[in-house]
Amino acid sequence: MAAATPIFTALAANRRIGGVVALLALLLAAGLAAAHRVELSGHAITGMTNHVVWGLPHVCALFLIVAASGALNVASLASVFGRVECKGLAPLSALLALALLVGGLSVLVLDLGRPDRLLVAMVHQNPTSIFAWNIGLYVGFLGLGVVYLGLLIERRLNRFAAPVGLAAFLWRLVLTSGTGLIFGLLIARPPFHGAMMAPLFIAMSLAQGGAVFLLVAHLLSWLGAAQPAPETERWLGRLLGAFVAIQIYCVLLLHVTHLYAARDLAMERFLLRDGGLYPLLFWGGLVLLAGALLPLLSRRARPLAGAALTVAGGLVQLYALLIGGQAVPLDLLPGRVVRSEFGDGVPASYLPSLPEAALGLGGVALALLLVLLGCRVLRLVPEASR
Amino acid sequence: MTPRRTFLVAALTGAGMATLAPGLLLIPAQAAAGADPARRFAILIDVTRCSADCTACVTACQAEQGWGPQGLGAADPHWVRKVEATDPTTGSTLSLPVLCQHCDNPPCVDVCPTGASFVRPDGIVLVDRHRCIGCRFCQMACPVKARSFVAAPQDDQRPHMPRGQGTVEACTLCVHRLDAGRQPACVEACGRDGGGAMLFGDLTDPDGPLVRALAARAASSLRADLGLGGRIRYAGL
Repeated sequence: MAAATPIFTALAANRRIGGVVALLALLLAAGLAAAHRVELSGHAITGMTNHVVWGLPHVCALFLIVAASGALNVASLASVFGRVECKGLAPLSALLALALLVGGLSVLVLDLGRPDRLLVAMVHQNPTSIFAWNIGLYVGFLGLGVVYLGLLIERRLNRFAAPVGLAAFLWRLVLTSGTGLIFGLLIARPPFHGAMMAPLFIAMSLAQGGAVFLLVAHLLSWLGAAQPAPETERWLGRLLGAFVAIQIYCVLLLHVTHLYAARDLAMERFLLRDGGLYPLLFWGGLVLLAGALLPLLSRRARPLAGAALTVAGGLVQLYALLIGGQAVPLDLLPGRVVRSEFGDGVPASYLPSLPEAALGLGGVALALLLVLLGCRVLRLVPEASR
Repeated sequence: MTPRRTFLVAALTGAGMATLAPGLLLIPAQAAAGADPARRFAILIDVTRCSADCTACVTACQAEQGWGPQGLGAADPHWVRKVEATDPTTGSTLSLPVLCQHCDNPPCVDVCPTGASFVRPDGIVLVDRHRCIGCRFCQMACPVKARSFVAAPQDDQRPHMPRGQGTVEACTLCVHRLDAGRQPACVEACGRDGGGAMLFGDLTDPDGPLVRALAARAASSLRADLGLGGRIRYAGL
C-alpha cells in the first residue's frame, strides 16, 4: 500500500453532532444524578448486595477499561507493526483509548462507597494489592496515551511516535493483565481464580476494543469525518475476527479446565446449565461472538455488523462472567451442604437497578463525549478527500 | 501582584487545602493503639455444643456493635451469622457461627488498595474506616463472606464503633473489650445464654485453657484448605 502521509483535520460542527452531543450529555447527567442518589441513600437502593458486591456498573466499567486497551490496536498497528494504511486512523485510536479509559474509571470511582476519598486511594497504596497496582497502571496509561496522541497529531514530532507507541503497546498488555488479575488472584472465588483471567482479558480487550473502534469510526463518518478506506476496514475486520476467535478459545478453555476438576463441577453446572439466567447469557454471548465471525471473516465481509455482534456478545459474556461468578454459592465447608438466613449455600440473586444502569451508561456517554470533543478541537480525523 | 490576583491566589490555595486536607491529614494513626504484639487472641468453637436454635452470639454482637437487620435482605450487615451444615451422606447436621476468621494470611488485607484492611500487632484483622473507600474488593476476597458493606445511612451507633455508610465492616473480635481486659461479647453471651460452645484465650499462653483445649481436640479454621490460618478454630466439624 502507498505510504501517503495522511492529512488530519478537526470535525466540523453540524446539526448531527449537536444532536448526538445533546443525547450523550443527557445520559451523562442521568449517570451523575444516579451516582449522587446512591451516595446519599447508600447502595441499598441498587441491586448489589453482600453476595453480589460488584454489579452492572462494574460490568460497564470493565467493558470500557478493557475496550480502552484494545482501542489502541489501530495505533499500535501503525506505530509498532508498520501498517501504513492504519496511520490515518492512529490518532483517533489513541483518543478513543484515552476516552474509554476515563469513562470506565469514572464509573468505578463513582460507584465507590466513598468516592470522596479518591485522594486516599492515590496517596495510600497497598503494595500487595493488585487493585493498587492497577491504579498506577491506569494513570500511567493515561499519561502515556496523552503523550502518544500528541506525537501522532504533531507532524514535527511524528518520528518519536514509534518508540512511545511500543511503550504504550507493552503497557496496555500489562494493564489488561492487571485488570484480569483483579479477578484471577481471588483465591476464594473459583469462578475467577487462576492465571487464565489475564490472557482472557487481553483477548477480550483486543476483540472488544477493536470492535468499538470500528463502530466509533463509523459514527464519526456519519457525523462528517472521512469514511475509513473499505480495504483497510475489511482488513481490520478480518483481524477483529481473529481476536474474537481467540476470545472464544480463552472462554472455552477457562470452563473446560474447571470441568476437569471434580470440586468445580457444581460451579460449572451452575454457570453452564442450571444457573437460570447465567447459562443463558453465557451461551447467548458465545453465540453472538461466534456469529460475529461470519460477517468478519466471510468473503463478503461486513465489518460493521461483525463489530456490533462482537460488542453485544462481549458485554453479555462479561455480565455472565462477573455477575454469574458472584452468584455461585461459596463452598464454606467443602463436602457439606450449608444453609443460613444470609443465603449461604444457595445461588445469590441480583437484579440491576435503574441507578446502576444510568451510571454505567453515563460512563459510556462520557467516553463518547470526550471522543467528540477531541475530534472537534484537535486535528485528528483524516480529511474527507482522502 | 494586584489585590485581585492576590485574592484569587489565596482563595484557590485555601480551597485546594480544604479539599486535600481531609484526605491527607485527618487519617487517624492510633488504629493499632492498645494492641499487644506478644499476644495472639483466638476463639475455639465446639460445634457439638452449638445448637441450631441458639443465636445468642449473633444477638450479643448486634447489641454490642450496633448492627442489625434493616430490611435490606442480602444487603443487610452480618458480622456473625449462624450456618447449618449437613453431611449429604449421613444426613447429620451441625450448627456453627461464621464470623471473620482473623486469618494469619488475610486475603482481605492483601487485596485492599488503600491499606484500610490491616492486621493489628496482636493479629486481629480490622478495617480503618477512615481509609476505606468502599471498593468492596475485600468482600470479593473473603472465603467465608465475613465482611459486610454498610449500604444505608446509620443511626444509633455505639460510641466505640462508628459505622460509616459506604465502608466495609466485619467482626473486630471486640477489640474495645479486649483492650479493657474483657472477653468478646459473643463468647460471653454463649457462656451465659447459649451452650458454652465458645472458648476465648491467648494462643501464646501455653498454660491457658485455650491452648490446653486445642491440645486435647482436633480443631481447624474454616476453609483450612486455603492455607490462610485463622484465629477462629472449630472443633467437632
